[in-house]
Amino acid sequence: MNRARLGSMIRKEFVQMRRDPGTLRIVLAVPVLQLLLFGYAIRTDVRNLPTVVFDQSQTQESREFVQRLVATGNFEVHGAASSYRAALAAVDRGAARAAFVLPPDYARDLKRGRTAAVQVLVDASDPTASSSAIAAAQLVGQTINVEQVQRRAGVALASQLPIDVRVRPLYNPALKSNVFVVPGIIGMILSNVLIMLTAMSLVRERETGTLEQLIVTPLARTEIMLGKITPYVLVGYVQMTTVLLLGHFVFGVPVRGPLVTLYAASLLFIVANLGMGLFISTLGRTQQQVVQSAVFIMLPNVLLSGFMFPREAMPFAARAFGALLPLTYYLQLIRGIVLKGVGLRELWPQAAALAAFALGFFWFATQRFHKTLE
Amino acid sequence: MTGPVVVAVQGLSKSFGPLRAVDDVSFEIVQGEVFGFLGPNGSGKTTAIRMLCGLMTPTAGGAQVAGADVAREPDAVKARIGYMSQSFGLYRDLTVDENLGFYSGVYGLGTAQRERMAWAKQAMRLTELGGRLAGVLSGGQRQRLALACAMIHGPRVVFLDEPTAGVDPAARRLFWSIIHERANEGVTMIVTTHYMDEAERFDRLVFLSRGRVKALGTPAEVKRQFGGGMSLEDVFIAIQESET
Repeated sequence: MNRARLGSMIRKEFVQMRRDPGTLRIVLAVPVLQLLLFGYAIRTDVRNLPTVVFDQSQTQESREFVQRLVATGNFEVHGAASSYRAALAAVDRGAARAAFVLPPDYARDLKRGRTAAVQVLVDASDPTASSSAIAAAQLVGQTINVEQVQRRAGVALASQLPIDVRVRPLYNPALKSNVFVVPGIIGMILSNVLIMLTAMSLVRERETGTLEQLIVTPLARTEIMLGKITPYVLVGYVQMTTVLLLGHFVFGVPVRGPLVTLYAASLLFIVANLGMGLFISTLGRTQQQVVQSAVFIMLPNVLLSGFMFPREAMPFAARAFGALLPLTYYLQLIRGIVLKGVGLRELWPQAAALAAFALGFFWFATQRFHKTLE
Repeated sequence: MTGPVVVAVQGLSKSFGPLRAVDDVSFEIVQGEVFGFLGPNGSGKTTAIRMLCGLMTPTAGGAQVAGADVAREPDAVKARIGYMSQSFGLYRDLTVDENLGFYSGVYGLGTAQRERMAWAKQAMRLTELGGRLAGVLSGGQRQRLALACAMIHGPRVVFLDEPTAGVDPAARRLFWSIIHERANEGVTMIVTTHYMDEAERFDRLVFLSRGRVKALGTPAEVKRQFGGGMSLEDVFIAIQESET
């Protein structure tokens, strides 16, 4: 490798980047827009399901029961239903996502020590949106049960509960989903934008004919490839820093772990994606073909890396495919550093995987690139 | 023509599947010649040139260019020659100076860069255009810039693939006088064209049709061999018609 030749190649790429302010603007605007969009939009913690109440008891006890369900934050009463059928119809229409049905004898049954049957209807067509409401309703039921049993048996029982389970949510105690989503967005944006940019940059040279002039020069393959990716490493860092700062100040995402480790490990991830982009560019002859190949990677990036859905829930094949994506490891790494405050001591396997991807893709792309026209 | 042989081609062949694009071609080119590759479209001119530049590997036969073997040492060939591709191969979003600077760096000119860039702009009549983007140059100016970049490192052999295609007559004439100036300085200029009227401008030429050599020699020799008083253009059309 020759430093002067590589230097010219890098300088040329920077000048071309500067001459193309449109692309540059997109590269900087996309992370900001996506962050704001996803940061506000992706909420897995569904709150305040619109609810109708069919309270046939109309007593202080029944109202207290409704009150306690609402106090969990999962339900928001939007009105009363006049019949069971009307309550169900409201859920059918989508006007309500949940309905409480309290029997006429609710208060009387409680007082007489009989079992009062309360129904909570939840629209569970979207399991993610309904699961916390279901859990909350069950919890409220149990709590009231314990109180009633204690009341009937006498106060003495209060300190004698056999098991006291206390859950302490670590790292994200308020369970805010955007705190969890933002670090993932950094990885997703870096990956998708960088793959596309490098893939296009090389295939554009092929399409416009400049590559033919380039490969009759003494430039080595490695010099061409390194020259192509170096400016984009900088682009990657700028994007990452932008999202990290916005995430911190807009969404209150903490950065608990060592920043130096994060930036160092991100270099591996950036190079891995740039290598992947170069590799993709060797698969096609035209920009269109390359865009299609890139999309083939970008979709699994979103769906299988753990960005959107937990990998633990995936069947083996999907998990195995996800294990071939650098983003999968980077997500574990950046979430570990940003949210859990851990460092390389815990995350070295992920960093090692990223290093292997970076070297592997770069080597593979270079091997596939030929300085001939055949 | 006498002088040291700078390009020696022996039985050069290239097949793409069943198609023999270049078929058993042999000739020699000496230093300082303006040597023409003529033939209709699809006759194998570009394929032959690409093999001589180390961009394609011959299927059979071989060639030595500027002392290096094209099949075994393509990188040595690339370092010693200049190549100007058929389509404009420079960066339209870079200026004339930036393109020249880029190729200076790529060929490792180092401290000689400034002097070589000044020479190239002078020799190719681009002196006033240093700050202009390559994309806004006229066809003729682009061609001269491409030649300037191809010659920035002072190669002894330069290949030009259809350099005058789509350029107006005045620019073509200027380009040809530049080619002859370089040849007079001792640089071997190897040019492909399908404009038969340019044939008279070559010191020697080879006429290819369907990948095979149909005629080889100076324009006068070729005329004598085929022609009873016909122009070169008529000769080539006659050869081509006898083929089909």
